[in-house]
Amino acid sequence: MLLLDIIHLKTQFPTQDGMVKAVDTVDLQIAEGERIGLIGETGCGKTVLGMSIVRLLQPSTTIEGRILYRGRDILQLDEEEMRRLRGKEISMILQNPTTSLNPVLKIGDQIAEAIQLHQKLGKREAKSKAVEMLESVNIPDAQRRADQYPHELSGGMKERVMIAMGLACDPSFIVADEPTKGLDAKTKMQIVDLLREATAHKSLLIITHDLGVAEAICDRIAVMYAGELLEDASSRLILEEPIHPYMQGFINSLPSKGLMPIPGTSPSLIAPPHGCRFHPRCSRAMKICERRHPEMVEVERGHYVRCLLCA
Amino acid sequence: MRLIDVQDLKKHYSSGMINKQYTRAVDGVSFFIDKGETLGLVGESGCGKTTVGRLLLRLIEPTSGKIVFDGVDITGLGRKEMRKMRPRMQMIFQDPESSLNPKMRIGESIAEPFRLGLHGRMGKAEIKERVLELVDIVGLNPEHVNRFPYQLSGGQNQRVVLARILAINPEFIVADEPTASLDVSVQAQILRLIMDLKKDFGLTMLFISHDQEVVRHMSDRIAMMDRGKIKRIESAKRA
Ligand SMILES: Nc1ncnc2c1ncn2[C@@H]1O[C@H](COP(=O)(O)OP(=O)(O)OP(=O)(O)O)[C@@H](O)[C@H]1O
Ligand SMILES: Nc1ncnc2c1ncn2[C@@H]1O[C@H](COP(=O)(O)OP(=O)(O)OP(=O)(O)O)[C@@H](O)[C@H]1O
Ligand code: SF4
Ligand SMILES: [Mg+2]
Ligand SMILES: [Mg+2]
Repeated sequence: MLLLDIIHLKTQFPTQDGMVKAVDTVDLQIAEGERIGLIGETGCGKTVLGMSIVRLLQPSTTIEGRILYRGRDILQLDEEEMRRLRGKEISMILQNPTTSLNPVLKIGDQIAEAIQLHQKLGKREAKSKAVEMLESVNIPDAQRRADQYPHELSGGMKERVMIAMGLACDPSFIVADEPTKGLDAKTKMQIVDLLREATAHKSLLIITHDLGVAEAICDRIAVMYAGELLEDASSRLILEEPIHPYMQGFINSLPSKGLMPIPGTSPSLIAPPHGCRFHPRCSRAMKICERRHPEMVEVERGHYVRCLLCA
Repeated sequence: MRLIDVQDLKKHYSSGMINKQYTRAVDGVSFFIDKGETLGLVGESGCGKTTVGRLLLRLIEPTSGKIVFDGVDITGLGRKEMRKMRPRMQMIFQDPESSLNPKMRIGESIAEPFRLGLHGRMGKAEIKERVLELVDIVGLNPEHVNRFPYQLSGGQNQRVVLARILAINPEFIVADEPTASLDVSVQAQILRLIMDLKKDFGLTMLFISHDQEVVRHMSDRIAMMDRGKIKRIESAKRA
């Protein structure tokens, strides 16, 4: 059964230099119980895609298309309905702890607040549940930490507080934006295990630059570039047998593969390249790639690619 | 030649009004960094890495200990003398957003060191040219220059921070997880840029990262930290 059906989503921001097309006609389906990874170049639109789903973007943003959650279009809900959905059914673990946590509230109280928004619990119960949540994300000495302010925690601890808050109300669908960045290897593996456990019968969209994390958690991975999806397949195929030239270059830039960056720079999102958006940087570009915009095609069962070499 | 020499550095925090609790964030560390050398700093989350970095630049005051930078004991410097030292030592913070002024456009942030006359007097046109050059070097697009930090992605802001530091052109950088918010390709691009700076200008660095492979790539020696103490320092070649 489909949990989330994103249809022709287009999210744009007006700026003094023109419209920024951060998400440009994205179609993505997430089934009940499915865990999907979203990867791609910094600035390609991953966070904006996630924020469009939970509708946490500033009012000047224009969003077109449909986002069906269990058949209901999220984009048509009013603020009150949206607030109820957010947290109770859908929750988002935000990318930036420092700007997302309230600097003047103790972290235990912040988590307790999130819990109380959606569960009828007394203050004391909520607080002790908050401490439990901190323990579950492996924060040592959780009781004491709950009484500290965000600036008293290390970077990795704040990251884990964000995760605890995202999981606090037991939602059925979680959007997690870079939840493991800046964690040491051991802590990261613990968090990966926790996320896997916590989402065992749920759906997850995890945005990450860490391919190891994506591989460990996700059934499927979607690759984004300049506002579009370029490739979408099982985690194994994407990481071991990528077809899109961008994704092949991406894998080759891993430190273990010799730290070879993809040549060229990220394209403009105000005036993206004509034809295939990757053509100015593609080593296999043909003449036609400058003019023709490739469609997503299924090259083998469940493996979708947007490249004229496959058309 | 030594650029940084740290002796028995400590930073203890106390919290709680009635039941005072102490955190020994940094608990007696000693090490040195030679000119042109990169020292990697690794260890579990919360072991004190960021605190060491902030102490080195005196962004926070140590509880005790001594930090010698280029022959000068900076722990004893007054505010005014420290201000003169600042441009020579800079930090790339773990979270880029908190080190950028949210009310300043990206272009202004990068131009600030030039406008303040850090590299002598420069005209408007020259500054603009330098800013666009830096924007290109760190892989941003001219369309980002007129935006505010909230209008950029996490990784784009991290590159703004780097461009600003390149504009300051310091001798010593504390890089705290400088590539944690970047994708692997942009990470490779930025790491290569940092290695070039080291080769061409003899940049000295304290490089904090959780990525084993990245640390090994970037460092000459690696210091392993655990609960406020440095357990050992070894050559990156065999670490
Ligand atoms: N409020 C805004 N106004 C204008 N442009 C914006 C705004 N927010 C984001 N953008 C632009 O939209 C694009 C997508 O941003 P987004 O934050 O989704 O990137 P991302 O893929 O999450 O990158 P990262 O991996 O660095 O977090 C970026 O190029 C960014 O500059
Ligand atoms: N301002 C502060 N007040 C109280 N405690 C603090 C403060 N700053 C840091 N600490 C504590 O000092 C210890 C070390 O923190 P630090 O930020 O240096 O860790 P870190 O090694 O950088 O960790 P991470 O890898 O998670 O970023 C932690 O226990 C942290 O909670
Ligand atoms: S369509 Fe052409 S330019 Fe685009 S990825 Fe395929 S080969 Fe390269
Ligand atoms: Mg993002
Ligand atoms: Mg830190």
